Amino acid sequence: MTLPPMFTPGHVEQLGTHVFTAEEIIAFARRYDPQIFHLDAEAAKQSVLGGLCASGWHTVAMWMRKQRDRTAELLVELERGGYSKVEYGPSPGFRNLRWIRPVYAGDAISYTSETAQFRPSASRPGWHVMTGRNAGTNQNGQPVMTFESSVLLKYPA
Amino acid sequence: MAFRNFEDFAEGEEIDLGRYAVSAQEIIDYASQFDPAPFHLSEEGGKASMLGALSASGWHTCGMLMRMMCDTFLLESSGQGSPGIDECKWLAPVFAGDHLTGRATVTGKRLSTSRPGVGIIHFRFELFKQDGTPVMTVVNPIMFRTRAGSAAA
Repeated sequence: MTLPPMFTPGHVEQLGTHVFTAEEIIAFARRYDPQIFHLDAEAAKQSVLGGLCASGWHTVAMWMRKQRDRTAELLVELERGGYSKVEYGPSPGFRNLRWIRPVYAGDAISYTSETAQFRPSASRPGWHVMTGRNAGTNQNGQPVMTFESSVLLKYPA
Repeated sequence: MAFRNFEDFAEGEEIDLGRYAVSAQEIIDYASQFDPAPFHLSEEGGKASMLGALSASGWHTCGMLMRMMCDTFLLESSGQGSPGIDECKWLAPVFAGDHLTGRATVTGKRLSTSRPGVGIIHFRFELFKQDGTPVMTVVNPIMFRTRAGSAAA
């Protein structure tokens, strides 16, 4: 079984860039994280974070979106390349999520995902566990977020 | 509830996080925006998956926890955000119709060495289904201003 490059430890995938507007920062915060520094630009200046900034859950949710979108493209490429089908399953969780610096309104965050491990699942025959090191970087090249993910994959599906 | 500064959290203290009703529409809305996997987007997609039914994105469940924290204690506090999450475990899928309850436990606290007037509280958060099944645990620190820090802000 030839392993697709995306499952090879050390492989880094560029997931694309998202610009966080004030409107969407506020819309996310109203629903899930209505702390004042995610809602009100004036009040946010008095906070430790120093200005209106995205909920950390918003920053990481956008990583998930970019990951899904890039994966959909990759799965088409894999099929064209003659690889077996892949089925993505759920995730058991994540570790060491660091919100390194705030994501302010107008920031453009570029996301990456690096494959750390790809190994057979101990409990589910036919499934694998893929772990990854993921990051978001702002337009000045400064890291804003890193975390370690884990996902179940059926390959060949 | 009285406003809480750093000093007003005690190690070992437990905080009730209230209830959160999960609807199919909310699961699909969140997933459409942030996590469009088949098992988060439709009942059919859920049934065909390992999870067995339409289920919320784990990141969505984190958002639900965040909202529960805000509504039960964080908005009435000097909370200044969190530097991150040490560990999050998604233990069981969250389905449409579930009613989540939750508990926060203060596991430790210390003053910040880098920011005067700020302290760091370490929490363990647990969410449960209506039948008591644990669905998620999250371990993370949150920054709070001290009384003096709040007075000076």
